[in-house]
Amino acid sequence: MKKYLSFFRLRFLTGLQYRTAALAGIATQFAWGFLEIMVMKAFYETDPGVYPMTFRATVSYIWLQQAFLAFFAVWMVDSELFEMISNGNIAYELCRPIRIYSMMTARNLANRTSRAVLRCLPILLVAAFLPKPFRMEPPVGIAEFLLFVVTMLLGLSVTVAFFMLVYVLAFYTISPQGLRIVFCSLVEFLSGGVIPLPFFPEPVLRVLELLPFASMQNVPLRIYSGDIAGEEMVRAVGLQVFWLVALVVVGSMLCRMAERKVALQGG
Amino acid sequence: MKGMHAKRLRLYLHYVSINVRSSMQYKTSFLLTTLGQFLVSFQVFLGIYFMFRRFESVKGFTYGEVLLCFSTMLLEFSLAEMFGRGFDAFSGMVRTGSFDQILIRPRNEILQVLGSKFELTRIGRMLQAVIMFIYGVTHCGVHWNFCKMITILFMFIGGTAIFCGLFVIYASLCFFTLEGLEVMNIFTDGAREYGKYPIGIYGKKMLIFATVVIPYALVQYYPLLYVWGRRTETYLIFLPLLALLFPIPCLMLWRFGVRRYQSSGS
Repeated sequence: MKKYLSFFRLRFLTGLQYRTAALAGIATQFAWGFLEIMVMKAFYETDPGVYPMTFRATVSYIWLQQAFLAFFAVWMVDSELFEMISNGNIAYELCRPIRIYSMMTARNLANRTSRAVLRCLPILLVAAFLPKPFRMEPPVGIAEFLLFVVTMLLGLSVTVAFFMLVYVLAFYTISPQGLRIVFCSLVEFLSGGVIPLPFFPEPVLRVLELLPFASMQNVPLRIYSGDIAGEEMVRAVGLQVFWLVALVVVGSMLCRMAERKVALQGG
Repeated sequence: MKGMHAKRLRLYLHYVSINVRSSMQYKTSFLLTTLGQFLVSFQVFLGIYFMFRRFESVKGFTYGEVLLCFSTMLLEFSLAEMFGRGFDAFSGMVRTGSFDQILIRPRNEILQVLGSKFELTRIGRMLQAVIMFIYGVTHCGVHWNFCKMITILFMFIGGTAIFCGLFVIYASLCFFTLEGLEVMNIFTDGAREYGKYPIGIYGKKMLIFATVVIPYALVQYYPLLYVWGRRTETYLIFLPLLALLFPIPCLMLWRFGVRRYQSSGS
């Protein structure tokens, strides 16, 4: 466990170095958040009757999404790892007395948290003081807030565990670029990255809610504003735990198979 | 002079063919990347589609109207991206010093930067944009006539010019900062992303910004009003061509940057 913690620490500290990049990222995410809220506002004002959330819930969904983009963004995958897999340098990692799966997990978790740490506070702070339609309101209650934190970490873990499957698959193809982009666009849409899940048509939503994609950003971002509550909330958290366990078990099994079978790229 | 242009064009096409052949070496990856690019913009369409299954209109604009807006904007961006993406990777060229190599060759430097990267993988996006556009044209409920078709054509020309201009600004800034400024994405990717809806829905202030500062509205909102049949003034047909002025200051910034350029030394 200790080795993986130090992997985490190393990556985390490296990630913290990119402060200028974070500043640029924050500016971009603000613009994105504003535009997204403007679009939603236009729909809300056109017909509030069929709008499936409260507008307040949408606003906090959007700001939280921007603030914790690094947790859930699909393009945040570790491209160094992909390079290592495609140019063969992963061989050095295989020689070390570590489990590749845990090492990759630690790296990914560290990358995502270090970026989120740098970016989330300024965004949330400013969003809390914006003028009315854009302002982010506090969470509905203390219990909801605590649950928001827990499900946020669960959602992060599910996201990382899911992308671990992509890394493992990359062992089997020489050039993982294509694989990565296909997975990324699928996950982004199905997890509520383009439009929040409540805006999906009813029949699609009913299936989608059971899939791992709904256990990523969808749960914490909606629990915060009370958009998921009561029985639905219990079920959502249960599904998160289920998918986390399932993805980790399948992922580490596949990874062990890949380690044994795969011929490495020379070079 | 004419021979010169022909030579330049031949050189550019040669660059394109080199790039195409090199990416065809990895066929599976090429196919998957194309599929992925396709999905990336397809999900944006699905987002719009799902929204309009719930809402009948947004600020008075119907699904058909938004569809036409989204698809023309996407095609404008894809055209610009296909040709102008070399400028996007430009920060790398400055940092590694490969721009020095370009400067010492006796050929136009803009041409060489453009030719350095012809993104064949963007064909996925292009393909999607074309399909989307055909779908948009046939499903938007517009009664097409010659004037409206010309307007759309002018929108393509003007829109491509604006996005190319933005790519040039992005690259020019690298002369001063040595790295690409992520903030510029707001104006390129952001415009593609949020230009899917008519600029009118974002309110008056945004419309003024998109008219005066970066003239997106010239190639999107105003001419579309004509195409949708909401306005009938003839000058709206030619309005998109005004956007052709936009790249001029951008190229001036580029020239200024090249003259000031000091190699990063590596």
